[in-house]
Amino acid sequence: MAIFIRGLGRAALDFFADVGGLFLLGMRLLRVLPRVFGSPRLLTTQMLYMGVNSLPLIVLVSVFTGSVAAWQAAYQFEGFVPMRYLGTAVGKAIIIELAPVLTALVVAGRVGASIAAELGTMRVTEQIDALEVMAIDPVRYLVLPRVISGIIMLPILVIFADLVAILGALAVAVNMVNVSSETFLNGVKAFFYVSDMVAGLTKAAIFGFIISFIGCYQGFTTSGGAAGVGQSTMRAVVVSAVLILISDFIVATLMFRL
Amino acid sequence: MNTNTPQIVIEVRDLRKSFAGHVVLDGIDIDVRRGETLVIIGRSGCGKSVLLKHIIGLLWPDGGTVAVEGQILARMSSRELYGVRLRFGMLFQNAALFDSMTVAENVGLALAEHTRKSRGEIADMVAHKLELVGMQGTEHMMPADLSGGMKKRVSLARAIAFDPAYILFDEPTTGLDPITAGAINDLIVELGDRLDVTSIAVTHDMKSAYKIADRIVMLHEGRIIQTGTPEEIQNSDDPVIHQFINGLAEGPLRAI
Ligand SMILES: Nc1ncnc2c1ncn2[C@@H]1O[C@H](COP(=O)(O)OP(=O)(O)OP(=O)(O)O)[C@@H](O)[C@H]1O
Ligand SMILES: [Mg+2]
Repeated sequence: MAIFIRGLGRAALDFFADVGGLFLLGMRLLRVLPRVFGSPRLLTTQMLYMGVNSLPLIVLVSVFTGSVAAWQAAYQFEGFVPMRYLGTAVGKAIIIELAPVLTALVVAGRVGASIAAELGTMRVTEQIDALEVMAIDPVRYLVLPRVISGIIMLPILVIFADLVAILGALAVAVNMVNVSSETFLNGVKAFFYVSDMVAGLTKAAIFGFIISFIGCYQGFTTSGGAAGVGQSTMRAVVVSAVLILISDFIVATLMFRL
Repeated sequence: MNTNTPQIVIEVRDLRKSFAGHVVLDGIDIDVRRGETLVIIGRSGCGKSVLLKHIIGLLWPDGGTVAVEGQILARMSSRELYGVRLRFGMLFQNAALFDSMTVAENVGLALAEHTRKSRGEIADMVAHKLELVGMQGTEHMMPADLSGGMKKRVSLARAIAFDPAYILFDEPTTGLDPITAGAINDLIVELGDRLDVTSIAVTHDMKSAYKIADRIVMLHEGRIIQTGTPEEIQNSDDPVIHQFINGLAEGPLRAI
């Protein structure tokens, strides 16, 4: 029992230390924010890296997400809802929820992990100290381009995911449910609200921030050699995945009033 | 300024540092004079690297102060601290090269970030510094493709790229063959001969220490146990120093 309480106390301390650390890193980030376009090459490198690295997997995930969403919706509609609403339901689900969240989870696994591993390695091999000694603020040089790139690239990747997922759904609708492509696409268009798109992309930007910021934080606070880098990488993925799901719920309740 | 009383440019006062209850530095006082090369010697794990990192604000003391040119580091804003660091160069014990950059990018980074020099000018300066450390022609290599000694020399070129007034060397000759080590010693002496360069070098290579040092301090169990010229250290009758500089297994210190 005592051990249990001590463990709980330690976990709580770690939690507050992390919250404090995240807050401090956030403040340092805000302070260097005006200098983001001072080194455009740092930013474009990160954006390219994030895009190129994630796109193939996102396309794959999106095709199947769209396909299965169409198939499952058709199964539920059968006998209750006319199939001309199939495109509406699937399209909305993809744009508002499926594409942003699944893209974010994929990017968290690929990019978030690689940010944490790269910065974590730089930390334990004293490369971050070397930047400090050169009077180069590592928050400006390493964290800022990654976080901004995350905020910009996630919405772009989500637009790709939206398109690919809707195409996947279309393919299933036409070939397996016997809904014509015209009917399906009319269904998508009929109740398409710009505000849905805005909501989906806003979520994406928030997720992009979470992924890159948590990845950077975990990398920066790495200690303990190769094993420490492994720990940080794992934690970056787990923590961002949890935060993505929580913030998804929060944004949903704020943006969609019943 | 009176040339007989050299100006103290780095002042360490009662510096204390522990890691998780393990006391590493237990009240260190050091004065570094303008233009000198101070060598810190001591056994492996005695806190030499930790001491060096305090001098440039990579670690912060639990107690005591570090002042550069009369300004206490811990009281500076981050902008002031970066201003001080611009005048420092540091050679890390494990080189700490940026492994995603080429040799040339490593050496030229500070120039690219802090000056408006053209690429061509930077390339020339980088080539010159690489030549000084005997690494000419390696501009396009990646750190992963270099040997340990080569990394160290590139790191040295990087440390002096910005023509710093203060240079911190953490074991500049460890892991180098005797000939290269000799050349690096000569380079350090040469840098130190330039009027305004002040250096602090950490080493346990006594040959190198005698060659480059104006003064030597011995760090032992968290304290400075002696300060003196190379001759004074060599002739010290302190049994600990005697054992250390002569590399004896027998003496007051347990070998293992
Ligand atoms: N970041 C750190 N966290 C915890 N302990 C540390 C840290 N840095 C150094 N230490 C401890 O401080 C002590 C001194 O380390 P330091 O690296 O300064 O030794 P050193 O004198 O440079 O040795 P060497 O000659 O082998 O390089 C060691 O016991 C080390 O374990
Ligand atoms: Mg050391």
